[in-house]
Amino acid sequence: MTSPEADPANTTPDTANPDTARWTFAGFRRGALDVLPFVPGITGFAMAYGTVAARKGMTLFEALLMSATVFAGVVQMVVLDSWPETLTVASVAGILALTALVNARYLMIGATLRPLLGGEPARKVYPTLFFLVEPPWLMSLRYYANGGRDPAHMLGGGVAMYVTWVTMAVPGFIAGASVGNPKQFGIDLVMPAFFVAMLVPLWRGPRRSYGLIVGGVAALATDILFGGFWYLIVGTLAGCFAGVFNDD
Amino acid sequence: MIEKDAFGFFVVLAAMTAVVYVTRIAGYWLIGRLVIGPRLRRMLDALPGSIIAATVVPTLVQGGPRAIVALTATALVMIVVRRDFFAVLAGVAVAAGAFAFGL
Repeated sequence: MTSPEADPANTTPDTANPDTARWTFAGFRRGALDVLPFVPGITGFAMAYGTVAARKGMTLFEALLMSATVFAGVVQMVVLDSWPETLTVASVAGILALTALVNARYLMIGATLRPLLGGEPARKVYPTLFFLVEPPWLMSLRYYANGGRDPAHMLGGGVAMYVTWVTMAVPGFIAGASVGNPKQFGIDLVMPAFFVAMLVPLWRGPRRSYGLIVGGVAALATDILFGGFWYLIVGTLAGCFAGVFNDD
Repeated sequence: MIEKDAFGFFVVLAAMTAVVYVTRIAGYWLIGRLVIGPRLRRMLDALPGSIIAATVVPTLVQGGPRAIVALTATALVMIVVRRDFFAVLAGVAVAAGAFAFGL
């Protein structure tokens, strides 16, 4: 991760005293501000979801309720796309299996949050985890690596993404039109670019980065061979096990 | 078409919400129950890098030349400048430029 001096903007007063500054509004606001670069991408995605939901015959209330409860973009899109003709026990089980598969990466993402949230009371951590999505996860890992210790940072980022995701489905639903081509402005690559930027400080030389190398290669091979969503699970698990052989 | 059976829809929605919430909390919960030895410690240390690499490498390849050029620019700027904001900005700018060039 980046060293503290690499990003002086991250050294806020509330992190200067890590033993006392917990669950502050300042930390919450900082988390919300940190995910701002992701807002255009999430907005485009939410509008696309709204459009698909309208086309599938959902009411606006149903579409927004799904966003407000499930709060998982890829899951919502995939499930809408494969919604069965009639709801039977088997077809509902299929929907739930797909939901679990698409979101299984969060099992691993959640595990990485132990060092950040482990010392906090469960009654605060578990509600916070409802808002766990990738942008606040990435930004919180960075915040923590830079010395930030306020868990409200994750909550702030998560709530900001939640509000964006739920509200921005409305224009998509009503207009039924997309915002043009997100590729034109590179918006579709904001998230991958953040992932790549995070990889650079995580690279600690080949003998200490087996997790990264094996994870990437295994994910790519799985994607090419099988397609679907398996690559995230296979790649992450393979990288995680390969990490055992990292030099200390 | 979503079936016009409101009750069924709400039941499915509630079940989906539960499944998604479990994926969000189960990993965190489980790690808290385990005794973390040196082997598991190393696996957990490798986990963020594994997740990030596994997410981005297929994007890089599936995204074609435009994604490769843009994300290479991001990596280079990050290596030199070490500020992710500028690295992402560079990647997005290159992606927009590549689009204009028809990539």
